[in-house]
Amino acid sequence: MVDRTGDFGSFEELAMPHFAKLYNFAHWLTQDRVAAEDLVQETYMKALRGFSSFQQGTNFRAWMYKILRNTFLTTRSGLKAWASVSLDSDDGDKPTEPAASETPESVLLARVQQETIQSALESLPVKFREIVLLCDLEEMTYQEIGETLGIPIGTVMSRLSRARKAMRGLLVEKLQGASR
Amino acid sequence: MTCDPWREKLDAYVDGDGSQEDLASLEAHLRTCPSCAADALGRLQMKRMTQAAGARYSPSPQFRLRIEKKIQTRRGPVWGFAWMPRLAAVAVALVLIIASAALWLRHSAREQTLAELLDLHVATMASANPVDVISTDRHTVKPWFQGKLPFTFNLPELQNSSFKLVGGRVMYFKHSPGAQLLFELRNHQLSVFILQDQPGMIPLAIGVTEAREMAFNVETWSESGLRYVVMGDASPSDIHELSELLRVAGRS
Repeated sequence: MVDRTGDFGSFEELAMPHFAKLYNFAHWLTQDRVAAEDLVQETYMKALRGFSSFQQGTNFRAWMYKILRNTFLTTRSGLKAWASVSLDSDDGDKPTEPAASETPESVLLARVQQETIQSALESLPVKFREIVLLCDLEEMTYQEIGETLGIPIGTVMSRLSRARKAMRGLLVEKLQGASR
Repeated sequence: MTCDPWREKLDAYVDGDGSQEDLASLEAHLRTCPSCAADALGRLQMKRMTQAAGARYSPSPQFRLRIEKKIQTRRGPVWGFAWMPRLAAVAVALVLIIASAALWLRHSAREQTLAELLDLHVATMASANPVDVISTDRHTVKPWFQGKLPFTFNLPELQNSSFKLVGGRVMYFKHSPGAQLLFELRNHQLSVFILQDQPGMIPLAIGVTEAREMAFNVETWSESGLRYVVMGDASPSDIHELSELLRVAGRS
């Protein structure tokens, strides 16, 4: 636990370096600038209030992302986004499968622009979008992702695999749509 | 021989996760299997592209400042030597405030207010998604703001006018939420800002004021605790006509 009489001011030093990335993550979740700002503000206020219970030596970044993500899930848009996700079990799937289509990934990627990837990310269900961003953008380990999302590592792997498969499927759809 | 058991480990491989033992055996397989090697390369490329595409949104400096201020306010006084760097930060902040005050004096408060709102208007015009609620129906646009603003307002009936409602969005002015509504008149786009008229927040005259700012025409007035600002590149008479419609709606 953090000693309140000690360097309580370290919250700012610990938390503010994550500010820009947390905002980016919040914007991806909410897909709205104002909602993202509200979400980040609430996250920081909650984290500040709960800082005394933060276990020093544990992962502060994962703790902040967990607060942000849990806060998002309590918002109207978060509840709606989560409710729209398929309830298929994460654990029942094989961790990975070959690419969604016959198209070799390298050929697919050679035709993909950054905007197409962004559009595919936007179209992903939030449950998949968040895990792809935590892994690929934030470069969190599976352990950190598990802590942030509150799921075991096996589930992280299977959900990530399904998310990437869905992402590849969306990219194929978007490219086929664009070439018509 | 099927490569499925190897492919199952490819995500962990490109993510740099998994045991050293697994990674070493997978690497050995990749050296002998062009198909799995191509798959691994594709996944790695996808990861890199997602990483680049994902870094998309940046917070505004004003928002960062707001959060920093909130943290400092909530944290309260801290005793001990930890205050020393903070004292330096306060000193820097003071210097910045004094420098800002000097700059502020160079411009009148009124000009600055209009310039800020004009910036918002121009930024909205330049945006690919200028409004968050897109509708020509005032009965759709007005309810959309419910719960998002600490006040409410009326929108005019535009059926017999040349104006068309495009939509609206929540905006922030001096850390307070307000409504920005977008109207069309022929090829012109006009912004209507509706804000709480808190004392000192919007240093504009109390009565109806017409102004010209950077070749844009502006009309502003205060009514029932709300400040209305209409601006755009349309003529002063067009701006006035829309203002009149809004004033009538505001009184109904």
